Amino acid sequence: MFKRIAFSVNGKAFNFEVDIRESLLGLLRNRLGYTGAKKGCGVGECGACSVLIDGVPFDSCIYLAVWADGKEITTIEGVASKSGELSDVQKAYVEEGAVQCGFCTPGLVLTTTALTESGEDYTRDELKRELSGHLCRCTGYQSIIKAAEKSLEGHICTCVDSPHYKQQQEKK
Amino acid sequence: MYDIAGYYEVDTVSEAAALLAENPKFRLIAGGTDVLIKMHGGQLEDVELLSLRKIKALERIRKAEDGTISIGAMATFSQVFEDPILREMIPILTEAAISMGGPQIRNIATIGGNVCNGATSADSASSLFALNAQLKLEDQQGERLVPIREFYLGPGKVALKPGEILTEILISPDDYQGFGGQYIKFAMREAMDIATLAVSVICKLQGKTFAQVRIGLGVAGPTPLRCLEAEAYAKGKEISTATVAEIGKLAVKSAKARTSWRASKEYREHLVEELVQRALKTAIVNAGGEELV
Repeated sequence: MFKRIAFSVNGKAFNFEVDIRESLLGLLRNRLGYTGAKKGCGVGECGACSVLIDGVPFDSCIYLAVWADGKEITTIEGVASKSGELSDVQKAYVEEGAVQCGFCTPGLVLTTTALTESGEDYTRDELKRELSGHLCRCTGYQSIIKAAEKSLEGHICTCVDSPHYKQQQEKK
Repeated sequence: MYDIAGYYEVDTVSEAAALLAENPKFRLIAGGTDVLIKMHGGQLEDVELLSLRKIKALERIRKAEDGTISIGAMATFSQVFEDPILREMIPILTEAAISMGGPQIRNIATIGGNVCNGATSADSASSLFALNAQLKLEDQQGERLVPIREFYLGPGKVALKPGEILTEILISPDDYQGFGGQYIKFAMREAMDIATLAVSVICKLQGKTFAQVRIGLGVAGPTPLRCLEAEAYAKGKEISTATVAEIGKLAVKSAKARTSWRASKEYREHLVEELVQRALKTAIVNAGGEELV
C-alpha cells in the first residue's frame, strides 16, 4: 500500500508515493540519500536517528514516513550554510572536541540547534534533561555538555542565585 | 520496514468509531512508541492501522467551568508537561510526564496511548490512579465513563471493548482541589528508563489531621494500584512521623510486587514502604502542612 505525501527536507520540496510500512528514517536514508540520520537501536532509545520535524526533535526510526505529510524536516545536512560554513552549534562541537566516533553527533547537533532556536533559557539540569534522549557510546558526555552550553551562551544559567534559577525552583 | 498491512487515517472521532465498527481488527495507533516497538520486536504482525494522529480535537487540555480537568487522549507527554493548567492544578501528573522516556519520545508519545497500552510501569498511571481519573470511551453507539481503577484488568489488558476509543481523561475538582501531592519515580537512570517503582501520593489536611490520603503505585503489581488499607488508616489520624511510618507499612500490604530482572520482590516492597513515606512527607508540605522532622 502506498500513499502520496508532500513534505520538505532542508527546504527542498518533495511530493511522492511512500510505502506505508516505511519509517521516516528509511525514507530519508534509502530513498532520498540523507544518510546523516543514523540508524542505531531502531526502537527510539539511542537518538542517533533524530531529525527536526517543524523544528522539534523526533526519533525518525519510530516515525512512519506517511506522518511526514505537510511537515518541514531538517536533517544534519541542512544545518551548515549552503557555502559549507558550519553553524555555530557545529563549530561549538568541533571546538570542544565533542565528536569521537561521530555516530550520535548528528542527532545531538540537531537537538542543540532546536534548543538555541527556541530562544529559551535553560539551567544546566534542564539542558542535560533535553539532551538525555541521545546516547553517546564513546561516553564523551562532558565535552558534549560543554559544546551545548557554548552553543547556548547567554541562555544558560549556572548560578543558583540567578532569577531564572529561582523562577524554575518556584515552578517546582 | 514495519509489518503493516494497511494504514488508514481520519479527522474526527466519529469517523474513527465508524471505521473501527466496520473493521474490529483494526489496531489503533497514536504516537506509535508502543505499537511500532511491538512490531519491531515481532509481537505484532501484519496489522491494519487506524491512525488517530489527525484528530486535532483529541489534543486539547482544558479546565471546564465546574473545575473538571479534561486531557485529550492524543495530548503528548511534552504537551502535558508544558501545560500551565496541569502544572498548577495537578503537578503530580506533569512531574510523571517529564519522567517518561527522553525528549524525542515525550514529543510524540501520548497519554491516551500510555494508558491503553496497559503496562503497570506506565509513567502516567500512578498519578492518574491517585487522582481518581475517569476515562471517556467512545464507540459508534455512544460513550461511557470508566474509573481508571476498573480500566486496568491485567498486564497489557484494559477494559476497552471492541470498537471503543479512549478519547478523554477527566479529573473532577473534588479529586484535586485542596490536595497537595508528590510523585516519585525510582529507576536506575534519570532518563530513558522504565520505573523500578513509581509512587504518587496526594493528601488533604484538616488542622493537625489527615482528611484524606491517596496513594497510587506503579510496578508494585501486575497493574497500577491503590493502597486502600493505608488510605483508610490515614483518615482522621494525627499528622506525625509515627502515622506516616504506619501508612508506609500498610502500603506494602496492598502491593503485589514480584521479582523481575529489574528488582526483587523484597527490594520493591522496601521501596514501597520507604518511598510512600517520603512522598507523603513532601505532599503534606505541598498541602500547606508543617514539615515533619
